Amino acid sequence: MTDLNALTIGAARDLLSKGEVTSSDLTEACLTAIDGSGALNAFVHHTPEIAREQAKAADARIAKGDAPPMCGIPLGIKDLFCTKGVPSQAASRILEGFRPEYESTVTRQLFDQGAVMLGKLNMDEFAMGSSNETSCYGDVVNPWRRGNDDAALTPGGSSGGSASAVAADLCLAATGTDTGGSIRQPAGFVGITGMKPTYGRVSRWGIVAFASSLDQAGPMTKDVRDAAIMLGAMAGHDPMDSTSADLPVPDFEAMLTGDIRGKTIGIPKEYRMDGMPEEIETLWAEGRQMLEDAGAKIVDISLPHTKYALPAYYVIAPAEASSNLARYDGVRYGHRAKLSQGDGITEMYEKTRAEGFGAEVKRRVMIGTYVLSAGFYDAYYNRARRVRAMIKKDFDDVFATGIDAILTPATPSAAFGLGEMTDADPVQMYLNDVFTVTVNLAGLPGIAVPTGLDRQGLPLALQLIGRPWEEGDLLNTAYALEQAAGFVSKPVKWW
Amino acid sequence: MSIDIETARRVAKLARIKVEEDDLPALAGEFNDILIFIEQLNEVDIEGVEPMTSVTPQRLKRREDVVTSGNMPDKILSNAPDAREGFFAVPKVVE
Repeated sequence: MTDLNALTIGAARDLLSKGEVTSSDLTEACLTAIDGSGALNAFVHHTPEIAREQAKAADARIAKGDAPPMCGIPLGIKDLFCTKGVPSQAASRILEGFRPEYESTVTRQLFDQGAVMLGKLNMDEFAMGSSNETSCYGDVVNPWRRGNDDAALTPGGSSGGSASAVAADLCLAATGTDTGGSIRQPAGFVGITGMKPTYGRVSRWGIVAFASSLDQAGPMTKDVRDAAIMLGAMAGHDPMDSTSADLPVPDFEAMLTGDIRGKTIGIPKEYRMDGMPEEIETLWAEGRQMLEDAGAKIVDISLPHTKYALPAYYVIAPAEASSNLARYDGVRYGHRAKLSQGDGITEMYEKTRAEGFGAEVKRRVMIGTYVLSAGFYDAYYNRARRVRAMIKKDFDDVFATGIDAILTPATPSAAFGLGEMTDADPVQMYLNDVFTVTVNLAGLPGIAVPTGLDRQGLPLALQLIGRPWEEGDLLNTAYALEQAAGFVSKPVKWW
Repeated sequence: MSIDIETARRVAKLARIKVEEDDLPALAGEFNDILIFIEQLNEVDIEGVEPMTSVTPQRLKRREDVVTSGNMPDKILSNAPDAREGFFAVPKVVE
């Protein structure tokens, strides 16, 4: 039998309901795996007492029958989610010591359904980054290596701790959040499944805000079935989030038939970038063939404004961040700088924020401040919002022609080495999100599915983009792709 | 449009982030790299396009204008770096 911590949610659920394992067994297996995983730096706040208590409660509930599918499943929770009484600091020094008095809607729903919290997961500070190198807890390390080369690789970001933890079997699944690709890019870098739902499908309440019109939480799991199960538990209308959609949540798992005959899949020509590695081209062509072999009709499409998605994102996201992060002022929570004689409230703000924020967060807050400042608001911010409308219209237009889903690469490369991008200018790092950011701007659901290895033995993923609110149909297409690709590789344990 | 040191200083002030004088030139340089990237947006003809305000057309829900929460000053103040007598405490604001 597979090690218990290596199980999928689906397999664990079946064993739990048959009484062949207990949630306590699963939880202990994960806690042991976490204890031995210091080198990955994925878990940054450990909550074994909470986990054991929740597991016990879950076992009692399962014994009574009628337990929901997530009951007894041990999870890792990204540090961006507020969890009551447990440190939740968005990997930032400025939230050092912050223990929320409340539970985020997503974690509350998961725990109400019996899920178990193993601890909080590392990430890029305030979810700003693509390599998990901006965290106040230090870098997360990818469990995958290039063959026998022991150079440490990035798990991607910002949900790098979630990615590393799931890939290394430290938990059965993890929560992630995605503002420009922060679930899908790290999922791609570690060979797991990561889904960003339609904007509004999952409540943002209690998730530390980065860019409110783009942020969306989603599942990071070992396979597509697990993504369907976990998304069902995370989703739903929440009166506490005015942008959450009052729509019924279908049984996503029941929609996984693997039958995509008659579906139309679009291949956008603008995603063929100059200088794209041949391996990514090949992976994409193989994916196209797999879906065609499964009975889908493949159509070449055009999304003409793709090129402008990243520049628009790097106006809109920093603008919203500068506004959202204004609340970290050293008054209500977290860090306050030590003040000198004569310092007033302005010095308190300035010193607190200088000490509390890391370099990338400062950069984005200041860029956001600039594009929103008097005289530039129209030239930058309003222009970007109008370009965003055009990017969304590109998608609306292709969906109107009968396209059911769009197939693209998930990332422009495999995982790169930690520190390799240190000397690059910030824009080089931003290019990691080139294939994923359009989906956030348009508010669409997107999923990364691992489909192959590169020649150094690192996982590579494809992305499927779906119609708004049709996560079920998208998951089914992803399921068909997953079955055709048959990706089962795991990192060789070195940590 | 390029950002000089004076503009970088002004933006840092607006953002309430203390930046040391010596760090301003590098910061201005980084801002300029990002702005050059952003300025690609000027190539797009946005004539007649309305700014996007929401991802799916949905009316914001309305609710009764009633108090739904409150009476928890201890919880509100529990994370404050400095709280006294039921208030957040800050350095003197008025001379």
